[in-house]
Amino acid sequence: MTDHATAHDHALEPPSATGIPHDKLGMWVFLCSEVMFFTGLIGAYIVLRFASPSWPHPGNTLNIWLTALNTFILICSSVTMVKALESVRNADLRKLKLFLSMTLLLGAIFLSIQFYEYRHLLHAGFNPHVSLFGSVFYTTTGFHGFHVFCGVVCMAFVTGKAFLGKYTPAHHQGVETIGLYWHFVDLVWIILFTIIYLF
Amino acid sequence: MNEHKHPNYMAIFWILLTVTVLEVGYSVLFAKAPKPILIGGLVGLAAFKALLVALYFMHLKFERKSLGIIVASTLILGAILVSVGIGEHVLPRP
Repeated sequence: MTDHATAHDHALEPPSATGIPHDKLGMWVFLCSEVMFFTGLIGAYIVLRFASPSWPHPGNTLNIWLTALNTFILICSSVTMVKALESVRNADLRKLKLFLSMTLLLGAIFLSIQFYEYRHLLHAGFNPHVSLFGSVFYTTTGFHGFHVFCGVVCMAFVTGKAFLGKYTPAHHQGVETIGLYWHFVDLVWIILFTIIYLF
Repeated sequence: MNEHKHPNYMAIFWILLTVTVLEVGYSVLFAKAPKPILIGGLVGLAAFKALLVALYFMHLKFERKSLGIIVASTLILGAILVSVGIGEHVLPRP
């Protein structure tokens, strides 16, 4: 971490007391509250799991390979997101639009696969009320899916603005802010995939 | 603009992908292993991936220290929250 990250992307905005753009700092504070939210869910999962005398092996109920594919898709979307930010910083607005569109598409694919997974599991009788594992599974992955959905909606908005030519190398905080949220959602999924699907 | 050298994002991507494959393989290979080995290994790999995303994709490595302190304090509070929950079951009841 550098101490001398002085100038920032907001040439048109007044400097903040912290030296961090307000919207970026706001997003980080929001993400910190989200960390506590997901920590509560993960903590509840851990407590319930270790307090239970028996716990089904996730691989017997869940499709690990399909979810591994979904994890791959979300990681790809993080790469396209960071490439979009890099593109706008390098004044390549064509690539900005391309990478934002790819991120949006990958997010939509992730949600579609999760919807397919839920549909398949519910048809197989794996409901939220069938067991403690079912409750925890749908609660944690459902809340994460809702976050991805919100991210996709915001990403669509930012992508639309990119196509309207609203972002420039000097003014693109919206891209960076949605990027932070998107990477956070990816980061949370990395943890959830491991603890829900692989233990 | 934060004046820092851009990391090689594709290298990070390949590392994340490789570790994800390793994770799935580990969970299959060590499915019958004692729980501490299975859980410890998987949590370690997941934490490594999460750290890469936070440091390089979210650019935390290149941000001001004050931002790092804000994030670190949240992680400490989160760790306390989980530890209290686990302690509830690990520690003997009066």
